[in-house]
Formats: sequence, structure tokens, C-alpha cells
Amino acid sequence: MSKERTAVVGVGQTKYASTRGDVSMAGLLREAAYRALEMAGMTWDDIDAVVMGKAPDFFEGVMMPEIYLAEALGCVGKPIMRVHTAGSVGGSTANVAASMVQSRVHETVLTIAWEKQSESNAMWALSLPQPFTTSVNAGAGGYFSPIMRRYMAMSNAPELIGCMVAFKDRQHALANPYAHLHQHDLTFDQVVESPMLWDPIRYSETCPSSDGACAMILTDEARGDAHDGPVAWIKGTAMRSESNSYGGRNMVSPAASEECANDVFAQAGIHDRRKEIDAVEMYVPFSWYEPMWLESLGFAEKGEGWRMVEDGSTAREGGDLPVNCSGGVLSSNAIGASGMIRFAEAALQVMGQAGDRQVDGCRTALGHAYGGGAQYFAMWIVASDK
Amino acid sequence: MPAQPFQQDPSVPPSCVVEVTGVPEKVASTEPVQSVRTPIRMEYTYTPGRALSDYLVAMKDKKIIAERCPETGQVFVPPRGVSPVAGVVTAGKVELPATGYVESFNITRVPIATRPDLEPPYCSAWILLDGASISFMGLVINCEPESVKLGTRVRAVWKPDDELEMAATNILGWEPTGEPDVEIPDIERIGQKGDLE
Repeated sequence: MSKERTAVVGVGQTKYASTRGDVSMAGLLREAAYRALEMAGMTWDDIDAVVMGKAPDFFEGVMMPEIYLAEALGCVGKPIMRVHTAGSVGGSTANVAASMVQSRVHETVLTIAWEKQSESNAMWALSLPQPFTTSVNAGAGGYFSPIMRRYMAMSNAPELIGCMVAFKDRQHALANPYAHLHQHDLTFDQVVESPMLWDPIRYSETCPSSDGACAMILTDEARGDAHDGPVAWIKGTAMRSESNSYGGRNMVSPAASEECANDVFAQAGIHDRRKEIDAVEMYVPFSWYEPMWLESLGFAEKGEGWRMVEDGSTAREGGDLPVNCSGGVLSSNAIGASGMIRFAEAALQVMGQAGDRQVDGCRTALGHAYGGGAQYFAMWIVASDK
Repeated sequence: MPAQPFQQDPSVPPSCVVEVTGVPEKVASTEPVQSVRTPIRMEYTYTPGRALSDYLVAMKDKKIIAERCPETGQVFVPPRGVSPVAGVVTAGKVELPATGYVESFNITRVPIATRPDLEPPYCSAWILLDGASISFMGLVINCEPESVKLGTRVRAVWKPDDELEMAATNILGWEPTGEPDVEIPDIERIGQKGDLE
């Protein structure tokens, strides 16, 4: 039995900010959910089920928040499911929601993911002392920076590639009214001269901590066809994970990442990845992940991804494969939402609804998310054509 | 495509949430509360299981116990009792020397709220023990962080004997041995082939 064709008909985001002190967690979600409903021209009556995504509960210290949020969102009585796959969760959540429509379990699903980082301390929430193993000792940046150092050593990439990624994404963010960071006066030299936090990662090569939520409405083929508004058709969804520690694990380009990419591109019928994809929203919380993922996703040969950064291929202006036109995770990082924002921005691009950050003629886009110790992956490909 | 593109303005709330809700009149004059701090603490009993128990017990005698995957030959430390590659129980115990090399590292230059004992800059590294198939994290100590390289040979620095516990924290860190750096032939998959012995 073939899958039901599935369409994105609504996207809603909040303004991302370090502290959204004006709203509660529930208020934050309501903003995103109702914006998605508004864009879709729908009400809760049209929604059959809700799929929520959230990073670890102790990021805010609220256990199983999906239970009280059902009431706060106004969707009591509807089937609700919660997804949790670390930092990739926003992407996985969208994929689970898509699977409900694809499998014809539900006709229209609202999916939402969020983080309210200001209500706790996500940076250190996961760096807990454990008796059986030594601590990372240095938070998320401390975990990932040795992987980037390894990539730098194997690719012989110029030292400032990471700064180029960060500067590009911060420039892109200026065109995105939702982005957390709008650094109008930032210069490339300031990025280079910003303090080293987790050598080789500089302060300006690091994502911010954000509050924010992102929601989408997914519906079936008949409703997608009948929809009076822009539509993004889902061409492929894939998820993979792998153990964080096993002999021979390639941490620069994990096997799960490569398999996930192969799967999603095959589903979408894409053979020449670089040529056939018009825009990429990629999970890049630390700058050097852009060249690393370009290789892992098959847009560049191994050891060559940095060249696409250097020659401007990933810039919105003049690049043939624009990456993170929204400003990416480097400009807005509401952790649980970050993956869904990538998926949603990819959808907005093929809907022609990305405003000033729109890539001209964008018809096919990739949304990408990763999480944990770069061990959970979620991707989707959306297109303007069915 | 519709004739008029849908544009969302982040400064305009969705119509259904624009209604302003006020506080009851009798408390209207009090200072508004925007946030409260509620420190939360969780304590739980951890049961390490067979493989990790052996590892932790051996730690008290300054020994590092790993386990070998019977199918791939890979040596896992700390042992979890299972091979994540072959999906089988690891059993063959292997005592590893407390020496190895730095697979990769970071130099942390920002103070960490939860670790007042760590004064920046300090080096946090992935240490690949001699004979192991995977690395684990540790601090490189007793040297300038800037002197650490990929391939720097290191040995464990243990707590004083009278402070030893059944815990991985018995290893305070790893100090350079002064031996020549290890040449890393395949940096993408450093030293982790599992074809040991």
C-alpha cells in the first residue's frame, strides 16, 4: 500500500529571544500553534491529533509538560503524542506527525516543538556528575569541539572557515524577523576576534540560548490539493540513530547520518544532491558543523565541504546551495524547536513564503536535524510540486 | 501559489491570543511576578550492573577493566556489558594499562558554573587507552593546555591511595608521558579498528 501524500499547509513560529518573559511556556506554544492555524486557515476543529516534541524535561524542570499543555493549547480530548530524540527532536517530531498522515491514521495533524531555555540552565543540565564515567567537564561546546578539531586536521581546512560560516548565518538572520540574533553591525573581524570559549570554537561561532516554539499543520493529499494557499509537499522523511560509543564510530560523519541522508534522498528521487536541492536548512549549532554536514549529507566530497563555505556556495546571495537562509541554529537556538524550525523553514522556502530570506525559484529543500552526541538524525525533503 | 502571499509578523500576536488578560483588582497594585526560582534536586540509587560493577570495583585498586566483543574483537571501556556493534554480550575481561594517547581535545576558556574546581583554561580530551577500541573523556593535566596535540601520549594520574573509591573519578586526569606523539594514520576513524593484539 502506498503512502498517503502529505502536505504542509501551515507554519507558525514565535520570535526567538533569550527571554520571553512576557509569556509562560503555554503562552509561547499558543503563539506558534495559533499562527500555524491562521496560516492554514484552520481552527482546532480541523485538527485530528497533536504531536509534540521536546528535549529533556530537566531543561526547564517541568516533567511531562505535554500533559498540561494540551489544556493550555485548547486541544483537550485530541490524541497527543510526545517525541523525544535530544536536539534532533523537532525534526523527528515533524516526521512522526507526517507518518500519521502518511499511514492514514489521521487526516490533519498539528505538530509543535519548543524550548524555554530562560526557565532553566540547559547548558549544564546534561553535564551531571556520574560515578561510572568521567564528565564531559565542559558542556556541549566542550563535547563537540574535539570532533571539529579532528575534522580540521583531516581536511586541512583553513582556520577561519568556522568564522565564515558564523558570519554568513548571522548575516542571513538579518532577513529573518523571527531570528533571535540580529547583529546588524557585526563584522567578520569581530567574529574572528571574539573570545575562544571551547578552543577551537569562538564565542561568535556558538549558538545562543533561546526561548521559542515552532508549529506546523500537516494534512492529506485531498486537503492539500483543496487548500487555498501555499503548500509544501513532503517527498521523503528519514530518521536514524546510533550508539554514541562504539569502536570505529566516525564522529565527523556518523554512519547514521549518511544512511539517513541516503534514505531521504532516495525517497525523494534525488540523484544529484547538490544540483537538485535548492535550499538547505541544516542543524549547525557550532560553525564547523556546516562543512562537516555538507560532506556527510553528500553535497561535497569528504574533506572538501569547507571549499563550499570558502567560495560562497552556501550563501543566500550568489550561492548555488544556500544553507540556513533563516540564520540557522547559530542565530536562534530554542533547542527542542531548533530541528522543527529547520523543517519549517525548508517548507516556507518551497511555499515561496520565506519573505526577505526567500531563495529565488526554490522548489525543493532539505530540512536536517541532529542531536545527542551527534547520534540522532532526522531529515525531510519538501517540494512545491507533488 | 496564492495571489497574496501569507506574511506573518512576529510582532503581531495571533488573533486568538491578543486579548489582554488582567489580574484581579484586589491584587492589581502588587508587583508583577515574572519568574520564580525553584531549585530542584533529584537523588536516586544507581545500580551499575555486572560489567560496570566489575569496572568500578577494580577502580579501587587503580585498575582499568574493559570487556571484549566476542564477534568483532573490539575492546570497550568503560564496559557496558554489551557490544553496540554486534549486539551481543561482552564477556572477556581485559585489563588495560593506564596509558594511551589524546585522540582529540578542546581547551575550555570559559568558567563552568557547576565545576568551580576547574580553572580555565583547561584541556578536556578524548583519551584512547592502549588496547582499547573506543576513547573516553578526561582532563589533560600537569601541562600547558596549548602544548597538547592530537597523538600526545598520556598516563593516568590517580587520587592518593587513601582517597580511592569505587568510582571513575579516581583518575584525576591524564598527564603527558613525554614519549613521541602517536602518528595517527586514519584520522577520520582514529585507532578504533578493533583489530587489536
